[in-house]
Amino acid sequence: MGLVDRGRLPKPLTTLFNLGRSHSMWVYQWGLACCAIEMGAAFGSPRYDVMRLGVIPLPASPRQADLVVISGTVTDKMAPAIKRLYEQMPEPKYVISMGSCANCGGPYWDSYSVTKGVDQIIPVDVYVPGCPPRPEALLEGIVMLQQRIKNEDMGARWRGEGTKPMTVVDGESIEKGGVPVVVNN
Amino acid sequence: MTMIGDRQQLAYIAAQAADARVNVELETEGMTLNIGPQHPATHGTLRIIARLDGEQVIWAEPSAGYMHRGYEKLTEVRTYPQVTALINRIDWLGSFANEVPFILAAEKLMGVEAPPRAQHIRTILFELSRIANVSLFLGDLGVQMGAVTPVFFAFRDREYVLNLIEAATGGRFHPNFDRIGGLKDDLPAGFIDETRTVMKKLRNFCDEIEGLLFGNEIFQSRTRGIGVIPKDVALQYGLSGANLRASGVDWDLRRDQTIPMAWDKVDWKVWTHPDGDSFARCWVRLQEVRESTKIVDQLLDTIPSGPVMAKVPKIIKVPEGEAWVSTENPLGEMGYYVVSQGDQGPFRVKIRSASFNNISIVPWALKGVYVPDIITILASLYFILGDIDR
Repeated sequence: MGLVDRGRLPKPLTTLFNLGRSHSMWVYQWGLACCAIEMGAAFGSPRYDVMRLGVIPLPASPRQADLVVISGTVTDKMAPAIKRLYEQMPEPKYVISMGSCANCGGPYWDSYSVTKGVDQIIPVDVYVPGCPPRPEALLEGIVMLQQRIKNEDMGARWRGEGTKPMTVVDGESIEKGGVPVVVNN
Repeated sequence: MTMIGDRQQLAYIAAQAADARVNVELETEGMTLNIGPQHPATHGTLRIIARLDGEQVIWAEPSAGYMHRGYEKLTEVRTYPQVTALINRIDWLGSFANEVPFILAAEKLMGVEAPPRAQHIRTILFELSRIANVSLFLGDLGVQMGAVTPVFFAFRDREYVLNLIEAATGGRFHPNFDRIGGLKDDLPAGFIDETRTVMKKLRNFCDEIEGLLFGNEIFQSRTRGIGVIPKDVALQYGLSGANLRASGVDWDLRRDQTIPMAWDKVDWKVWTHPDGDSFARCWVRLQEVRESTKIVDQLLDTIPSGPVMAKVPKIIKVPEGEAWVSTENPLGEMGYYVVSQGDQGPFRVKIRSASFNNISIVPWALKGVYVPDIITILASLYFILGDIDR
């Protein structure tokens, strides 16, 4: 995709590509702790059903995945495996950090064995706060990511020019002009 | 019972002896198979290193620690109410059950006892979290053996139970609802009727799973006679919970010990199975969900009135001393040894979690089995990584 690298893709074509990319995301489930169950509820249960959003949670290997959901506590022993997995994913790749543990260490902020946030190892696109976040919050994070992909400059993404991370927040409180409230359990 | 276990080992030795002649000519090399640390069959991040000879496992060892979060150290720098929020997350599928033994140990040190209504509600929530835990196991079991449908049933019906827990406590599966001396709140309006309806749904779910999965010929041939753990071996390795009962040991802490909970006020049965194979372990768990729904139904009829909180000071200081309390959690015996020196937080807490002891049998149970049976045995032993590594 030399054309994409140099950013010379015509706008209509970019829009078309982005539309396709955003609604055929293969998600690799990196389930680590409690959040993995809520991720399972979001991806595998008939009530939440992530496939209606055009997200396929069934890649056999990270090499087929576009998106990885890091859900749960990242420990120092696990960190090298996560780094290695991320490097195996093909570009363009996206990361959702699910739950307080993956965001910043969560309740284990003073533990000797927990990595204080997966963003110390790999770049994160969307933070989903909560301990654990409800499945709806994860779905909101995926929708936010899809919207970002739709408006993305593919050239910039391919060149690896990172974009700012986003955080899922409670929509109502922002409309009221208040401080963003964590979508908590 | 011993015969079956010996037979498994003997069959392996015989197979090896038969292969030895061929091996001299063909020179088969051993292979090391690494399962995990991230594998759907490991319920999280357990890593198993298995050395294979062809299709047979000759040596296997679990490598734990990928989910070690340092609970025992963290409890030393938390106050008692804060510790409850932390230990919720040890066995993340049955959270409320984790709080109870710790709170009981602290109450024992303080000489406080929760009012009867609080004891009843505690037992109800304890059994609800057991149902939420084991129903997911029953669904997940199918996935690990190649049947995807049961997991949809499990997630559908588990949501009803989670809704109940959420209605009562405010949290879907980390309630943090238990307090020293009772409970944070009383039950919400309409909880009792709603719970009765849900228990009916759960009994239907058990029947569905029994028909879909346990009656399935493929499931039976993959689990019957696989991973047999005889009675004496199970006891030697310190198994507890359904894994022990499936080996024919009639042992249930809910019945066998006297603690201030309401199990002795209802009529229920401890299920055991003489076989000790993977099928027995799954079957015992299925029966336990049914018993739990019965326990909840009976407790709902007999909830006493009164307060849900005993008189305890606002700032909790637990007097000096040591206490051990364990309960029969969804995964097995879970206990806390709390050492207090009169401060607001514990001086030291030793956590005995069921899964850590349950997977200690993995090297023994995997010896001589075929590769597809590794997954079956791991699935039927049913561990949760937070419960192993803590």
